[in-house]
Amino acid sequence: MSAEIQARFLLDFPGFELDVDLALPGRGVTALFGHSGSGKTTLLRCIAGLDRAHGQLSLNGDTWQDNGFFLPTHKRPLGYVFQEARLLEHLNVRRNLEYGMKRVTGNGLQQALDHAIELLGIGHLLQRRPARLSGGERQRVAIARALAVNPRILLMDEPLAALDLARKQEILPFLERLHDELEIPLLYVTHSPDEVAHLADHLVVMADGKALASGPLNETLSRLDLPIRMGEETGVVLDAHIAERDSEWQLARAEFPGGSLWARDPGFTLGQRIRLRVLARDVSLALEPHTDTSILNVLPTTVSGIGDSEHPAVKLAQLQTGESLLLCRLTDRSVHKLALQVDKPVWAQIKSVAIIE
Amino acid sequence: MLSEANLIATLLTLKLAFTVTLLLLLVGTPIAWWLARTRSWFKGPISAVVALPIVLPPSVLGFYLLLAMGPNGPVGQFTQALGLGTLPFTFAGLVVASVFYSLPFVVQPIQNAFEAIGERPLETAATLRAGPWDRFFTVAVPLAWPGFLTGMVLGFAHTVGEFGVVLMIGGNIPGATRVISVQVYDHVEALEYTDAHWLSGIMLVFAFVVLLTLYSLNPNQRKAA
Repeated sequence: MSAEIQARFLLDFPGFELDVDLALPGRGVTALFGHSGSGKTTLLRCIAGLDRAHGQLSLNGDTWQDNGFFLPTHKRPLGYVFQEARLLEHLNVRRNLEYGMKRVTGNGLQQALDHAIELLGIGHLLQRRPARLSGGERQRVAIARALAVNPRILLMDEPLAALDLARKQEILPFLERLHDELEIPLLYVTHSPDEVAHLADHLVVMADGKALASGPLNETLSRLDLPIRMGEETGVVLDAHIAERDSEWQLARAEFPGGSLWARDPGFTLGQRIRLRVLARDVSLALEPHTDTSILNVLPTTVSGIGDSEHPAVKLAQLQTGESLLLCRLTDRSVHKLALQVDKPVWAQIKSVAIIE
Repeated sequence: MLSEANLIATLLTLKLAFTVTLLLLLVGTPIAWWLARTRSWFKGPISAVVALPIVLPPSVLGFYLLLAMGPNGPVGQFTQALGLGTLPFTFAGLVVASVFYSLPFVVQPIQNAFEAIGERPLETAATLRAGPWDRFFTVAVPLAWPGFLTGMVLGFAHTVGEFGVVLMIGGNIPGATRVISVQVYDHVEALEYTDAHWLSGIMLVFAFVVLLTLYSLNPNQRKAA
């Protein structure tokens, strides 16, 4: 991982403190994950220059902030998507999209805009006033507007948080396409483990104004030493590809470094790259491989760690299978009953796998 | 219909009101912008000073302006040093006095409009590469436009309607300072009720049309999202 974003900020408000020192990759999606009040939005605003903290910030070697130097927001080559879309209400969609584009110089701007319009499917909305758009449409326009300035970094502050579930489902595919196509880094603030699983390559976990962890997604999600309060949604994400399709049972086998899992086949192609999300609550452990069970996916693993969860009765077991790690949620009683300890071989029974394309 | 004297008074009133409205936009907009956005300790005192003409009797305001602009007042000394003479009992003096007198009626609606817009659209524009002046003219002003319209109409109408300040500062010089309100007063004093009726009728219709325009343009202050 080449660290091309260096961000160090110190902000001291009464009752709130931001104190981070981060090196983030210069490509791909970095999720800034945390609960409200954890400082993730403030961090994003400091990176954009909307809030002013002490510290340093550089992007690909260009300094945006350093001791006495502070590049104002309008001189930073970034795109910003706010939680509430924030379209300029006095301009129609087309002029919203062109507002930023007209203020930057460079080649291929029109193509960038046309591409953004196509990518987000907003071509039919161009003449509309923002007041006449739905929440999902507004947010799509806001994303296209941020892309149209041909930014060198894209910052998104919970772009889905203000939307209902249906609208989220409407936008998420666009963000996934963006994730695949984007050549620039995207910093994505969210409190949704689901969005992290869908979009992130790199994960920063924030709490109380501090970055508790920063690392590649799979590695960070499977850590036991982090009080990541994802609750029911604690789990890991595995990068996999489709290795086999079983047309008789409409199933596909997804292979990841260290094993493979069967899942429903919505019509994959062989070799297709996907993400598997395995929640800790969907994994149970057995000392013997059971065959008389409805569970399809049983993997031989070794225990690589045992950690605490939010409740004293519940533990998290970290399991190693090849190069990959899984998490399993089980009761402390089961830990004792199975005499679980590090390096003990166990069979992981996986009840359900979510596929993220 | 209108006698020549009445016509002169009407034209003078219009000229005064247009000039004052234009100046108020130039002077009032920065004040409104500052008041809408500052967190300075001075916000309270400055707001109070701007709003003084709403509360003060026009004669009191006129009295102080007369002193300030007179030969021994600071403004008077300054204008004399510039070789402009003194301002009282001239059209220019009337303009200056009217700007003070009508200031709150322009500043307050614009300030309210700027406050309603808030920081958000300006932040958005900044992330879209717009510098401070650019943001002001392409985002703040268009979004605050209803406030500007209200301010202009109120400033214009209030200038047309002034009487006390005119008497104190302008006196009663035909073609220079004798505006409609003073003219009506003269007619009534001289028992010229027909002339008084004409001018008063015009003022009544004018005031009604102005208010009607305001209420229909701006049924409920448009909120910026």
